[in-house]
Amino acid sequence: MSCPVTIRIQEDDFDIAREIAVLTKSRTDIGAVVSFSGICRADDDSAKIAALTLEHYPGMAEEEIRRHADEAISRWPLNGVTVIHRVGRFMPGQNIVLVLTASQHRQAAFQAAEFLMDYLKTSAPFWKKEESATGTGWVEAQARDDEAAARWTKS
Amino acid sequence: MKVKYFAWVRERVGKAEEILEPPATVRTVEELIAWLSGRSEAYAYAFEKPKVIRAAIDHAHVKSDAAIAGAREIAFFPPMTGG
Repeated sequence: MSCPVTIRIQEDDFDIAREIAVLTKSRTDIGAVVSFSGICRADDDSAKIAALTLEHYPGMAEEEIRRHADEAISRWPLNGVTVIHRVGRFMPGQNIVLVLTASQHRQAAFQAAEFLMDYLKTSAPFWKKEESATGTGWVEAQARDDEAAARWTKS
Repeated sequence: MKVKYFAWVRERVGKAEEILEPPATVRTVEELIAWLSGRSEAYAYAFEKPKVIRAAIDHAHVKSDAAIAGAREIAFFPPMTGG
């Protein structure tokens, strides 16, 4: 069973429908595609976010996502994985990240998408800087994201 | 070796990357952070809380006790906040 992996880091927006079409083209073994998209939101716990700037570590970011995609493929019977992470400056409502997982059945696709997102948040080298009415500052890592990623290492 | 900085570590150090040749007595990531901190106030500020700083050697995450011998590229950055 082949499992094509697509990983892209780009400034441009992505088209979810198009990416799903690419992932499933000419395949009859895929019964489920799960799509997660992360979107820049205006409401944070404290202030209204005016814009978000995403910085990454070129080279390592792609490699780190690839390592986790490979691990997902070894843990679940997947038929395709697409991860697209945007970098640059974003306004509320704009797309930031897309994860697609394809499998024969939904459980594997759901779990693998969650696994990939949890690791994207905690181990892929990206950093967010927020702009709000009160100023500009780097987003702090959340303990709940570490906890979400840690559950995949439990037996 | 090439040393890279990201996010607020980059802002505090005041540069994105540089080529450094630390003395042979600097053997681990932890020791490299201590050595960097002694270079100037900017570095001391960037590395004031060494436990918060994450490191990668040649594009792979490493712990603070990792050996730096043979490293081509070492990066320092805050905990990641992507996704």
